[in-house]
Amino acid sequence: MKYLVSLVFGLVFGAALLFAGLYLNPFASKASVSPLAVSDDELVVLDFSMVPSESILFTNNGDSVRSPNPLKVQQLWEPAIEQTWVSVVELSSARGEPIGVGVKFSSTSEATRPLNAEALVDSIWHVYLPGRGTLFVEESENYWHFLRDIVIPARWSSSDSWRASWHGITTAGPGALRTARVVGQTGEFAGVRAEAVESISASAYSANEGPVAMSGSLLIAVPKSSDGKE
Amino acid sequence: MFRTFIVGSVLGFFGTGALLYFVPVVDLHRVPSQISVQTNGGNFEVFSVSLPGDRIMSGDPVASMRVPAGLAWPESALFGGFKTELFKIRNSDDTVIGVGSRIARSEASGNAFVQWVVHLPARGTVYLSMEPSPAPGQARAGVLSAGTREFASLRGSASETFVRTGVEGGGEEGADNEGRIDLRLTLMAQQDEAE
Repeated sequence: MKYLVSLVFGLVFGAALLFAGLYLNPFASKASVSPLAVSDDELVVLDFSMVPSESILFTNNGDSVRSPNPLKVQQLWEPAIEQTWVSVVELSSARGEPIGVGVKFSSTSEATRPLNAEALVDSIWHVYLPGRGTLFVEESENYWHFLRDIVIPARWSSSDSWRASWHGITTAGPGALRTARVVGQTGEFAGVRAEAVESISASAYSANEGPVAMSGSLLIAVPKSSDGKE
Repeated sequence: MFRTFIVGSVLGFFGTGALLYFVPVVDLHRVPSQISVQTNGGNFEVFSVSLPGDRIMSGDPVASMRVPAGLAWPESALFGGFKTELFKIRNSDDTVIGVGSRIARSEASGNAFVQWVVHLPARGTVYLSMEPSPAPGQARAGVLSAGTREFASLRGSASETFVRTGVEGGGEEGADNEGRIDLRLTLMAQQDEAE
């Protein structure tokens, strides 16, 4: 009997050791410098709030810590879309001026591999900037560092919250430089093929309510040769 | 006994590792395919939106047209000339398989366009660019501008048709919000030729 108990304790210890190794993995470094920072192309900055109550609309399956907004919005409870969430946000320039609207679809990805420090989400942006044109952005995002540095500490905290300053790049593909793929369709973006990077800046998170003070930024490098008219 | 603990630890470490490696952490729900083969090559698929039930959001410059109740659509003039809608997307079997957005700028506002993004979590996403002003009684035609995952290597066309349902006479006031939008995609593999 004592051997069986010892074996069970060993199994639990071994599993815990693995999870601790994954959580503290020093080789899984967080990217915080954009690969587009040295680009010669025109950089379009689209800032937005990631707090659901500050979005125009946010909806999910209703079981997440992030509550849908407005309250009466339809929830995505059907089996095929229950791991999907959608947010509609007002996009602002780097100077804080409203410049358009963005619809972001996000779904958990089957390519997620915890052993590789990957908690992947397939995300799509449908962006319209009045006066400039429309864009479609495809990206694979890695939320591993966000979960490790913010969500788990918030859950462990006695106050069920996290407060600090955190900045990280979530875009992890499909581009070779871990950039998102951008397709322009109308206006000055017509025919444009470009790259983008999305990042998160967070300063407060609640384990019960989700993001409290958090903003996102989509940085798009538009080739200078695009000169279409809307 | 300590040896047993060590053996258990090693088994626990590598067993959990093997479990994480071989068992998918995320398993998205899939439904049987509703794709049909075209007689002249390629295939087609019909997606639909039942209105008003599948409308998640209607971001309209006119406040009374907004959905859902309490939607705080920006009042700035910048957001006045176009409409942004969100829908649940069904397959031809009437099962919800995805979500989609439709952004439309009207002719009256100039530089008209109509675009769809249809996001199917288990399959990929299509980005459709439609003609802004179809002939009366005709379907709105369009093309596949971009696709992801299983749609990434495809090209093709699309059509959007609004079908009124459940209203006798069809043209009654208020009937515009009841019916079905059919999105028909005709897709085929891209050739190797340069675009």
